[in-house]
Amino acid sequence: MGIRPVTHFLEDNLIEKIISEARDLLCNLGITLHNKGVLEVLSGYGAAVDQDKYHVRFTNDIIDKALGSTPSSFKLFDVLGQETHDFSGNNSHFTPGSAAINILDNQTNEIRKPTTADFINYSKLMSGLTNIASTSTAFIPADVTEKISDSFRLYLSLLYCEKPVVTGAFTIEGFETIKDLQLVVRGTKEELAAKPLTILSCCPTSPLKFSDVTSQNVVDCARFGIPVEFISMPLSGFMAPVTLVGSIIQHTAETISGIIISQLTNPGTPILYGGSPAIFDMRYETTPMGAVETMMIDCAYNEIGKFLGFPTQAYISLSDAKRLDAQAGLESSMGATLAVLSGINNISGPGMLDFESCQSLQKLVVDNEICGMTMRIAQGIEPKEDFPSIPLFQELLKEKHLLISKHTRKYIREEHYFPGKVINRANLSRWKEEGSLSLTEQANQEIERLLNDYQPSRLPEDIKTELTRRMEVEARLNGMDKLPE
Amino acid sequence: MDILQQISDQIDLGDDEIVHELTTIAIEQKIPLKKILDEGLLQGMNIVGQKFKEHKLFLPEVLMAAKAMNAGMELIKPLLLSDSIPMKAKVVIGTVRGDLHDIGKNLVGVMLKGAGFEIIDLGNDVTPEKFVETAKTEGAEFIGMSALLTTTMPVMKEVVDQIRKENLEEKIQTLIGGAAVSRSYAEEIGATAYCYDGSNAVEYLNSIV
Repeated sequence: MGIRPVTHFLEDNLIEKIISEARDLLCNLGITLHNKGVLEVLSGYGAAVDQDKYHVRFTNDIIDKALGSTPSSFKLFDVLGQETHDFSGNNSHFTPGSAAINILDNQTNEIRKPTTADFINYSKLMSGLTNIASTSTAFIPADVTEKISDSFRLYLSLLYCEKPVVTGAFTIEGFETIKDLQLVVRGTKEELAAKPLTILSCCPTSPLKFSDVTSQNVVDCARFGIPVEFISMPLSGFMAPVTLVGSIIQHTAETISGIIISQLTNPGTPILYGGSPAIFDMRYETTPMGAVETMMIDCAYNEIGKFLGFPTQAYISLSDAKRLDAQAGLESSMGATLAVLSGINNISGPGMLDFESCQSLQKLVVDNEICGMTMRIAQGIEPKEDFPSIPLFQELLKEKHLLISKHTRKYIREEHYFPGKVINRANLSRWKEEGSLSLTEQANQEIERLLNDYQPSRLPEDIKTELTRRMEVEARLNGMDKLPE
Repeated sequence: MDILQQISDQIDLGDDEIVHELTTIAIEQKIPLKKILDEGLLQGMNIVGQKFKEHKLFLPEVLMAAKAMNAGMELIKPLLLSDSIPMKAKVVIGTVRGDLHDIGKNLVGVMLKGAGFEIIDLGNDVTPEKFVETAKTEGAEFIGMSALLTTTMPVMKEVVDQIRKENLEEKIQTLIGGAAVSRSYAEEIGATAYCYDGSNAVEYLNSIV
C-alpha cells in the first residue's frame, strides 16, 4: 500500500487545549436545552439542571461517560442490505449537500422552488453517479404540505434510489414517519439497527443551544440505533468568536453536548462528529460555505473528532455561486480536495450552491467528477510492478510505445481516473466538431443520458407498495388526499 | 455460436491467438472469404471502434483488438489477393519534411491498420516527392500527412500541389492531421480532408470507402 496522504491543521497539544476549553464551557457555562425529558435524564446523571431556564451544566464524568461509549466506526447499508459505507479510519465518502429550499432549473437556468418531479429526477440521477456513495434528501419539494415534507423526501429517495440516505426530521412527529419508512425497508427494529440505512442530521443552535426538536430527534434516533450526524454551525465573528480556534472551541462544545444526549439515551449509538460551520461575511451578511476559512474550520474540527476517536462529517465541497460557473468549480473542488486529504468520513456538499440553499443537477454531475478525482488523490502513490524498472524500459525502447504492454493494460484503470464527458479532454478540433459544448450544455447532456439509462430500484415491489401506503397515511393525516407524482 | 460471431467477439476481447485459430477453422469450413472479412474480422473492429467512441474501451484495448484482427487478416489476405477480392484501401502515411514528430502519425497508422486498411508508413521527415511517388507505385488511394510544427505545415501544400500538377486528384486523396493544422488549413491548401485524431481518420475513411 502507498501512503494515504493526510493533511493536518492542528497540533496535538492545540487539540487537547481546545477540548479542555470546550469541557470547561460545558461544565461552567453550560448549554440551553429546550427538552424537559432530556433535562431530567441529565439531572439523573448528576448534571446541574435548571428546568425553568432550560439550562444544564455538565460534569466531566458525564462527558467521559458519553465519549467512552461512542463507537469509533460504523457501516451503512443500501436498501437491499448491501454494505456501502465503512466510516472508519480515513475512508471518505461523498453525499449531496442537503435540504435546499431551491433548485437551479437546468433547462431555464432559473433558481426556483423544487417539485416532486424534480426530486424523482434527482433520485434517478443519484442512482447513476458512481462517485457519490449515498444519496441525501437534498432539497424540499414545495408541492407537498410542510408537515410531511421531511418524510416525503425520504420516501421518494427509498423508492427511486438504492443508496443509503442522509436525511433529517423537521419536527418531533416527523421522526415517526421517517423511522417507519426505514422499518418497512428493513423489516424489524433489530435489522435496522444491525444494518443502518440512513443518517439523520441533528443541528444544535449556535451558540450553545439545543432545541426541543433537535434534542428529541437525537433521543429518538438513539432509541432505534439510527446513526446521527451532529451539525453544529458556529458563525465566526457573529454567533461565534471571529477566530478559527474560538469557533472550533464552540463547535467542540456543541458537538459533545449532542454526543452526551445520544450516548446517555443509548450507549453505543453510532454518530458522526460533524458540522456545518462558516465564517460570517461582514460585508454581505452571509455565511460563505466556499470560504477557505470555513473549510479550514471543517478540517480542524474533523481532526478533533478523530483525536476523540470518532468518525467525522462536514458540509464542505459546496459553493456559494448562483450558477454552475468557475466559482462553483473552484470552491467545490478546493473543499472536496481538502476534505478528502483530511480524511473526513462523510463529505456533504455535491450539487449545492448559494449558501446551502440551492441544489443543481448540473452541478451534481460535475461534482461527481470532482469526487472521483479527489478519491484518486486519496489512493496515493504506490509501486505496482515498477521495480526493477529496466525490463519495462527495455520494452518501451524496443516497441517504441507501451500502449499495449501488459503492464499498461493491467494498471491503466486503477492508476488513471477517467472522468466522464463533463470534463473536456478532447483536442480543440474534436471539441469543435462535437459541437463546442459549454460545461452546462455538456452537463445537461449527461443528465439526459443518466436519466435515460436509469434502472428502477431493485427493492421488492411489495416493500415499495408498503412504503407508498405508509406515506399516504401520513399525507391524509395532514390534509393531503393524494401524493404528487 | 456462429463462428463469425465468435471471431467478432474474440476481437472485442483482444485475443489474437483465438482469432487466428477461429479464422483457420472458418477458412477450412469454406465460408466465403469476403464474409469472414466483413462479418467476422471487420465486424469485431467496428464494435470495438464504437465502444472506444463511447469511452467504454480505451486505446490499449483497441490496439489489442487490432492485433487480434490482424492475426486473422494475415491468414485471409493472401487468399483474398489470389481470388482478386478487393482489400480495403491503401494509405501512404508519414510526417512531412523537416518534422520529426511521429507519435500522432504512428497512432493514426495503428488505428487505420486496425480498421483493415493497408498502411505504407514512410516514417518522418518525408519529402513531397516521396509521398507522391510511393502512392503512385503502390497504387494507394490516400496520402495521410502529419505535422506538429507550423514551420513544416507548408510541405503539405507542396504535396497537394504536386498531385494537382500531375492530374492525380481523382485517384489520390490527401488527408492531413497534427497539432499545427486544422480543418480550415485543409480547406485553404486544398487537401481532401482534415482528421483530428486516429479514430477520426478511421471514421472518415470508413465513410467514403
